[in-house]
Amino acid sequence: MNSLTNRFSTTGPLSELKRAQALVENEEFSDSAWGSEAGFGSLAKGVPNFTVPSVPDPSAFLRLHTDDHADPNCRIKIQHGTTTLAFRFQGGVIVAVDSRATAGSYVASGTVKKVIEINPYLLGTMAGGAADCQYWETYLGIHCRLHELRNHERISVSAASKYLSNLVYSYKGMGLSMGTMICGWDKTGPAVFYVDSDGTRLKGDLFSVGSGSTFAYGVLDQGYRWDLTDEEAQELGRRSIYCCRTPRCLLWLTLEDGWKFIGNYDISKLHYDGPGETPGAGYGYDVRIERSTAAPVAVQA
Amino acid sequence: MSIMEYNGGSVVAMVGKDCVAIASDLRLGNQALGISSNFQKIFPVTDRIFLGLPGLATDVTTLRETFRFRVNMYTIKEEREIEPETFAHLVSSTLYEPTGGFRPFIAATDLIGCLNFAKDFVVAGTASTKLYGTAEGLWEPDLDPEQLFETISQTMLNAVDRDAYSGWGVVVHVIEKDKVTTRTLKGRMD
Repeated sequence: MNSLTNRFSTTGPLSELKRAQALVENEEFSDSAWGSEAGFGSLAKGVPNFTVPSVPDPSAFLRLHTDDHADPNCRIKIQHGTTTLAFRFQGGVIVAVDSRATAGSYVASGTVKKVIEINPYLLGTMAGGAADCQYWETYLGIHCRLHELRNHERISVSAASKYLSNLVYSYKGMGLSMGTMICGWDKTGPAVFYVDSDGTRLKGDLFSVGSGSTFAYGVLDQGYRWDLTDEEAQELGRRSIYCCRTPRCLLWLTLEDGWKFIGNYDISKLHYDGPGETPGAGYGYDVRIERSTAAPVAVQA
Repeated sequence: MSIMEYNGGSVVAMVGKDCVAIASDLRLGNQALGISSNFQKIFPVTDRIFLGLPGLATDVTTLRETFRFRVNMYTIKEEREIEPETFAHLVSSTLYEPTGGFRPFIAATDLIGCLNFAKDFVVAGTASTKLYGTAEGLWEPDLDPEQLFETISQTMLNAVDRDAYSGWGVVVHVIEKDKVTTRTLKGRMD
């Protein structure tokens, strides 16, 4: 009887010792998952896990410290005012992102890079929590490489994005914030997948993510065709990011042999002069109006 | 959100040697969404008094008319032009924003009418914190009109680049004893 009590009791020194032992054994995700065991460790032990804040409701706790609408002095600031877009077309995938980071009315930086180069064939965009996107997309890169080593073949964009979406889904409700597009080229050709922290994963031709996405969709939708030339597609990417008035626009093109960085454009220059070297050929409304009134078109009699 | 951030906008005024300058940005927004890049916030009150009104655009428009009315009433009653200092008190008692005006004279009120007669510069608007930084760094006493123009322009352009709710061009008025020079500056469009 006594031994039975000891075995099942939840108080007392023996059970405390047992609990401590269990804690040490299961304490963390073993090193093997990150290294020589090539991630098989994660299959044996299930999904990797983090220590979450020891509060009853971690997501409520996180919301309390990240919601700067409710409390402008909150401790953790989530990146707002982002625009990212990616679209598939005949020549590959165009990925374009803005570069602004604001904290309230303060422009914290105008030179943020919101694309993560997962590997030479895969790009991931960043919207929402910068750290969440950066960490998990880098982590995705590790697993894409492990896939290559195990299977002697590159991971498909579909599989990579599914790995990410399953991963973030396992953390659902715990406060992750990310809206991302996984773009690349695999056996099936150019591919774009939208993945967010709710666990949504969508395959599509054209996506835009972030608070500026509605503006970008407006420009994107009216200019998008599958048979866009490379030059037209790049111009569409630039114009779509321009409408969101970020300081700079960064552009990538994904091709069969990997992605290529196209350029880093100054939005003020695009406003006044456009992407070329012609002064006054800019995208800006007032610049365009001035152009059309300065040289009136002759009306046919 | 502060009501100042609804439409955005900033104004700065500076004293020089026998001159003053007042500058504002040209943006009109609906919070983060930009609506216009040609929204004037500085209004001539008399030949030598300029009033800068950053803040809620509807109030800017209303107050501009209110001040026009009150200044006209003053002029008729007193049969003379209003003095900048008197006008500052008029603004203060009407309970609102900053003025740049002459005997090199500038004054600002906060949005509930507290007067600030400064000997160097005054700032107002969403970029006011950033304007304090740049103005503090660039302003010095006894600048001539051209130097003052350069100083106030750099102050304004650099401050509004760090403010999400101001920008999209700048207008500068330099006021001297016998003339006013107005210049519009190209600003960053983001």
